[in-house]
Amino acid sequence: MASAAATTPIPGKSGVSSLSRRLRSGDEVAWLIVILFALSVLLITAVLVAELWVGSAAARHKFGFGFITSRVWNPVTDEYGAWPFLYGTVVTSVIALVISVPIGVGAAVFLSELAGGRLSDALTFLVELLAAVPSVIYGLMAIFTIVPAMRMYIGPGLKAAFGFLPIFQGPVYGVGYLTASLVLSIMIFPYIISVSREALLAVPREQREAALAVGATKWETTWQIVIPYARLGIIGSVFLAFSRALGETMAVTMVIGNDMTVHTSLLASGNTIAAVLANEFNEAIGAIHPAALIELGLVLFFLTLIINGMARLLILVTTGKGAHHG
Amino acid sequence: MNKIFLTGALLPLISVMTAGAATINASGASFPAPIYQKWFEQYKAKTGIQVNYQGVGSGAGIKALTEGTVDFAASDAPMTDKQLAGLKVKAFHFPTVLGAVVLTYNIPGVTAKLRFSGPTVAGIFLGTITKWNDPKIKADNPGVNLPAKDNDILVVHRADSSGTSFIFTDYLSKVSPEWKSKVGASTSVQWPIGLSGAQNAGVAGLVRQTPNSIGYVELIYAVQQHMSYADIKNASGKWVTASFEGVTASAASAQMPADFRVSITDAPGDKTYPISSFTWMLIPSRIADPAKKKAITDFLNWMLTDGQKECEAMSYAPLPASVVAKEKQQIAQIK
Repeated sequence: MASAAATTPIPGKSGVSSLSRRLRSGDEVAWLIVILFALSVLLITAVLVAELWVGSAAARHKFGFGFITSRVWNPVTDEYGAWPFLYGTVVTSVIALVISVPIGVGAAVFLSELAGGRLSDALTFLVELLAAVPSVIYGLMAIFTIVPAMRMYIGPGLKAAFGFLPIFQGPVYGVGYLTASLVLSIMIFPYIISVSREALLAVPREQREAALAVGATKWETTWQIVIPYARLGIIGSVFLAFSRALGETMAVTMVIGNDMTVHTSLLASGNTIAAVLANEFNEAIGAIHPAALIELGLVLFFLTLIINGMARLLILVTTGKGAHHG
Repeated sequence: MNKIFLTGALLPLISVMTAGAATINASGASFPAPIYQKWFEQYKAKTGIQVNYQGVGSGAGIKALTEGTVDFAASDAPMTDKQLAGLKVKAFHFPTVLGAVVLTYNIPGVTAKLRFSGPTVAGIFLGTITKWNDPKIKADNPGVNLPAKDNDILVVHRADSSGTSFIFTDYLSKVSPEWKSKVGASTSVQWPIGLSGAQNAGVAGLVRQTPNSIGYVELIYAVQQHMSYADIKNASGKWVTASFEGVTASAASAQMPADFRVSITDAPGDKTYPISSFTWMLIPSRIADPAKKKAITDFLNWMLTDGQKECEAMSYAPLPASVVAKEKQQIAQIK
């Protein structure tokens, strides 16, 4: 009790007035207020989950667990299934990560290790500006640049080079999984670069100097000492970016083609949970259609929960083995 | 200090109370939203009554009417029996303007105007006709050089729930029994194949950008955007270009039921354009507030006489005179 130690005991006063003194000096009040704020965040999350759960009741009772694997989406017969959307969401987010993690971490390494102070700050500022661009703008930009590029150059190029793989077969329309993944990767760059750069900058100078002192080159130092030391921060940034990609709505719905079936080829069109919610929720009427859409939201929520759980587990395992080695 | 707070708190309250006296809220179809906004502006200038209309979509409008959050709604699709049963207060359908859906296409190398018969369109959208040089398309278009290779048809439809989709699928259900059993007619259906775009703009954008594609958009949208669209064979076997005359002819040939819920797609007649439809305002049959009731009935009368004169200027087809006369009788039934 810092306040009790700080105040000098007044002769004649009893415990009640010391309590009022403690209240007036603020520690208990501050504790109460702050814990109230923390609990309110938990409360809001609980209310969110409760609303999703209750709102999707009609659909959950009708479809059960089959909802997750069903491929039908028929508002006329009121039969709904989540599989095409789940597939599209996961595929576009994973491919966006595959594209942006190497480039993003590489850029973060450049900004933290190789670029000078002023250049690094200026470039970081510009990269963080990318995060401020609204996603509708990204969608518009993608429609006018990435979609034609995909239709005329990237798609045919991939087909010519890798056409034997089932993921690069079929007609190229410009919109589709790959285009959506490209847009998503551009949108998640700032998260990866910014957070990874902070993690890399936080590696103590002693580590770098020790490596250089025993004769390692700059590259060996970066690759074998600095990056493993900053591993937790980098993994954290990857999962942050993944969560962003899973939930991204407007940019994706503009370029994914909104096809409600599952296609193996990345050049084909598909759909994601966020995209179908944005397209259909406003006008869904009846008992089952809105409930099915809310159940899709619930599925996405649990997906993000599972992925964040996996991230936590990964961090736990890596810390257990010892994050600082070599 | 206290007085300032008091007036500051009362002012918004007073303005809300006085505004409520002459404000009517409505929401619904986005297709007629431009002309509705014009009507409400003109009506406000004339009478001081404010109507707030949000073009959020036919389905959202019906939902709002069922929940009682708006005074009336608007829809491109007539309410189904199930939707009507869900209303606490029965609603009347008042047709306001006419619209049509056209098929727009983008085939590199083909500049001639294409024509399609009903079953051909259904085949394309079902996925049974997959190439531009299919014999059925060739039969509809003698003398047009259709591409023989690189000719896979790409179908584009609406991603969002839409009155335009309802009109189109209603037409397809009439010309193709296979479409009727497999897909059906609704504002949102399970399309057998194809990509989708959001709103008319999304479909038009996709068709414009993607070679060998075909999609459907509102006639007015196609006219304003200078898009080329196909002629359709109507129920009497004539090839008709989409136009306001064709749409009004469809409306005139329809047998109008008492509740105005009629589908005029595939209407018989020499000049009728088959993919046409009314769009309706859904007015509750009992309006409790007498001020609102007077405002709404006066507006409906104005809309059927002066309002219809605005249609041509804004590229909407006006209602035929027979329908206007019947609607005036229905206005009297609002209690």
